Amino acid sequence: MADPMRIRAQLAGDKATVRVLMHHEMETGQRKDSAGRTVAAWFIQEVAITHNGRPVLSAQWGPAMAKNPFLQFNLRGARAGDRVAVTWKDNRGGTRSDEAVVA
Amino acid sequence: MRTRRALLAHSTRLAALLAAAGLLPPAAQAAWNAAAFEARTLPELARLLGTAAPAESREVSLGAPEVAENGAAVPVVLGSTLPGLRRLLLLVEKNTTPLAAIFEVGEAVEPQLTTRVKMGQSSDVYAVAVTADNRLLFTRREVKVTLGGCGG
Repeated sequence: MADPMRIRAQLAGDKATVRVLMHHEMETGQRKDSAGRTVAAWFIQEVAITHNGRPVLSAQWGPAMAKNPFLQFNLRGARAGDRVAVTWKDNRGGTRSDEAVVA
Repeated sequence: MRTRRALLAHSTRLAALLAAAGLLPPAAQAAWNAAAFEARTLPELARLLGTAAPAESREVSLGAPEVAENGAAVPVVLGSTLPGLRRLLLLVEKNTTPLAAIFEVGEAVEPQLTTRVKMGQSSDVYAVAVTADNRLLFTRREVKVTLGGCGG
């Protein structure tokens, strides 16, 4: 299983600033290793974010997203104690879900 | 006797019906749009997504550095003030895979996203907004890259 994501959801008024840092190689499939062999593509393709179980943001990503992808957005109508959950799925079927509490 | 082909066609129709009825879990619907990520140009992408032809708009915003020292992680902020926004897309014109991301922005999320993208070389970067009435609007910004991010 991949390393855990780092998620922070910081309350400011009735909004929360959500910052997500995922741990993933995000191999493009273009790069060659020291022996000259192409390194197979390995990247996150789908991301789904929920707020108290309700879907709020989802994404499809290509290999051009940076290694250890970062995503930041503001969530409306958030309250302290709410749960923000993030799930990603990569092109090899790997997946990981993590959750943070709005504070 | 039923042929394999007929069976396959039948199961595909059935899967489509089930998906339409919301009976299949989301994972079974293969949401990743492989064709869109192979698109080379904005008009091609517009055709694949079934939107109107691309048009430039001031209501789509893109924040990116003029010069990026490291193409492996270029910070970008994409946003839109358009009513009825459905999707935000990020493209890097000269990358091998120009489309970097498609974001489906729900109403609970402010339409302004910060992320990081790889750039193989200096290129135009596009922030694209798709609205509920199927317009495709964009803003373009040139980013010079000192050190490419796709060669390793």
